[in-house]
Amino acid sequence: MADRLFAWLMLGCAVLVVASLLWVLSDVLIEGFAHFSWSFLITEPVDAGRSGGIGPILISTLWILLIALAAALPLGLGVAIWLSEFAPRNSRFAVHTGITLDILAGVPSIVYGLFGNAFFSIYLGMGFSLLSGGLTLACMILPIFVRTCESGLRAVSDDWRKGALALGMTRSSAIWHILLPAARPAIVAGMVLGIGRATAETAALLFTSGYVDRMPESLLDSGRALAVHIYDLSMNVTGGDGAAYASALVLVVLIISLNTLAQSLVDNWFKRRLVVS
Amino acid sequence: MSIAMKRSNNRVDRRLGQIFSLLSAGAALLLMLIVLFLLNESWPFLASFWHEGHWLDLFQSQGWYPLEGRFGMTPMILASIAVTLGAMLLALPLGLANAIYLEFYASPVTARGFRLLLNLLAGVPSVVFGLWGLTRLVPLITQWQPPGASLLAAILVLTLMILPTIALTSASALASVPKDLLAGSMALGMRRKTQILHIMLPAARSGIASGALLATARALGETMAVLMVAGNVVQLPSGLFEPVRVLTANIALEMAYAMGDHRASLFASGLLLTLLVWLLSWVAHRVNSQSQRLAHHG
Repeated sequence: MADRLFAWLMLGCAVLVVASLLWVLSDVLIEGFAHFSWSFLITEPVDAGRSGGIGPILISTLWILLIALAAALPLGLGVAIWLSEFAPRNSRFAVHTGITLDILAGVPSIVYGLFGNAFFSIYLGMGFSLLSGGLTLACMILPIFVRTCESGLRAVSDDWRKGALALGMTRSSAIWHILLPAARPAIVAGMVLGIGRATAETAALLFTSGYVDRMPESLLDSGRALAVHIYDLSMNVTGGDGAAYASALVLVVLIISLNTLAQSLVDNWFKRRLVVS
Repeated sequence: MSIAMKRSNNRVDRRLGQIFSLLSAGAALLLMLIVLFLLNESWPFLASFWHEGHWLDLFQSQGWYPLEGRFGMTPMILASIAVTLGAMLLALPLGLANAIYLEFYASPVTARGFRLLLNLLAGVPSVVFGLWGLTRLVPLITQWQPPGASLLAAILVLTLMILPTIALTSASALASVPKDLLAGSMALGMRRKTQILHIMLPAARSGIASGALLATARALGETMAVLMVAGNVVQLPSGLFEPVRVLTANIALEMAYAMGDHRASLFASGLLLTLLVWLLSWVAHRVNSQSQRLAHHG
């Protein structure tokens, strides 16, 4: 009896959670589609965003994302390679870098926003711009990207390194031709994780890339990211809920497709590793 | 790190090693820069408190009137703690129940669908949860107990946000418990409920705990969703239906116009948040390494 009661309780909790999650999703879908049209994606916002579209905002979002990735990916990959291939075993510097990365991965995004405002916007004089927003996001996604790449590289079997050495390959060509291709799925997964996080970010962009919803003319122009647009529409614009839901739909679809991609890549990677070993 | 790649005399290799270590030093520097800038920006504020010797005023209740130079953060710190604790109180049992359901009761197809949904929801941006809370949850609560935008709304929205994480990490912690334990408890003729609650859950507790701590850090650091539904009145959280303002929301709201000491006080609260998150991730790390040590011995 107690056993059956327990099973029912667990089932009840699952149903409760699934129902509320579906409630959120269906609201975003239904309300979003009610206001969505293809021209919504390309036209300029009119009347503070109540009508019109999100064209310039999508462009700004993509620019910010691009800057963040352009800064974080090479740097992150370099750090990951150093940590897994070059750092002397038990080097204190490497251990400390790892710990710092882990801690920074958990720091609230609003704190990155504060840092970005103080450092990029004011200290480096970039002002409220796509550039300072993108660089702030780069700092934010760097830790998680480095950690994913590093674990991917570490997971490559040592036999491959020995094999490369036996073939007389230099370290650099072994990294380029063997280790990086072998760790590619992890690298791509880290990248996509970073993209998902950067696209969803609002708090870090409020005081770095700003609110301006015009089409950005240069990287030093202020531009409004999609997530910031949703926040502004729902909090500061009365009657903006429809447009906010439609923007939310666009954002969620963007992120879900990226996340699914990451997930399938990670799965594939594990399957392939099982075959190899 | 590896045996194969110990020392190389190739010039390109050495150059590359130097470049990569420079990059790492740069990254480490960048990370230190974040802390340094937070300290630097909040220094005027911290120093003035240090000199005037009323450090405790920060935490004693004297109200948050930044324009008059009164920076009592207690209401917001308590609100942050109340929101986080409330969300954890709801999300932890529910998330655990979901993990148990996923691991022990659901059919493979159901479990797959459930997992997919949880993964999906874990990726939804916080601002979307905030929007949903603002347009759906808050009006519902208003009908019941005005004003609606309240501690309760913040707790519920945060619960939904951290639940997928807790459920998924707990499920993987449960899945990594050695199957011998389950088989042994079955052989002893234990009930299903006893097997799960008294054998499997304790065996997976450190994995569950470290997942829960990370979720706590996330709840504490969450800005947008809480900002949108909590009402943002600076006051001590006295009831579930009272509007409150948390530390993160305060930064987001006031940063736009803050000057001088006011701005410095916001950076100081950012520093405080960072410290709290460090503490949480340190504890999570300890719990995790302890579990690994236990696993090695066991």
